[in-house]
Amino acid sequence: MPRILGVDIPNNKKVPYSLAALYGIGLHRAVIICRDCGIDVDKRAFQLTEEELGKVATYIETNFVIEGNLRREVQANIARFKEIGCFRGYRHARNLPCRGQRSRTNARTRKGKKKTVANKKILRK
Amino acid sequence: MSRSSRKGPYVDIKLLAKVEKQKSAGTKTPLKTWSRACTVVPDFIGVTFAVHNGKSFAQVHITDNMVGHKLGEFAVTRTFRGHGGGKKEEAK
Repeated sequence: MPRILGVDIPNNKKVPYSLAALYGIGLHRAVIICRDCGIDVDKRAFQLTEEELGKVATYIETNFVIEGNLRREVQANIARFKEIGCFRGYRHARNLPCRGQRSRTNARTRKGKKKTVANKKILRK
Repeated sequence: MSRSSRKGPYVDIKLLAKVEKQKSAGTKTPLKTWSRACTVVPDFIGVTFAVHNGKSFAQVHITDNMVGHKLGEFAVTRTFRGHGGGKKEEAK
């Protein structure tokens, strides 16, 4: 299995799908990378030569922020929102959706598993 | 959808005038405003606003990393009083 930029080991998929295993690289970027590095998109990841791997690695390093650095950047942005006390920071602090979605129902990704409140119906009467 | 960059940021002209007036006067009283949709521009740094939240005015002191946000983002319009507490009411 080839290694790109340290820890990441994409598997035996086609190159673009394999590159998408990196945090910060999706299919769109992966296809761009293949195009700019002159790699056939139908090639499998294990077929990549050392030279091609190096090319991809330097290309990613110069053009994109990925993995740890990207995660840190995202965290820093969230911290900034909280610090300046804006609405998005407020929503992040409470683990609620930040982009105007409804939270009366749904929003389960952010709110986590349902917490049933006992006697809710009786109290409403 | 975000605002067209051709138009530039939306800044309330009257509010900007108010800010400039205050800067030249050198006073530091909070500027009352209803203009929640107004973007924070670098000229606003250091100014304190009293942003209307529909009921009262929330004090907002502008610092440099608030630039680019809207004034309304800093004045919450809803008060969440918490869920539950049903037992307390029953006790009464």
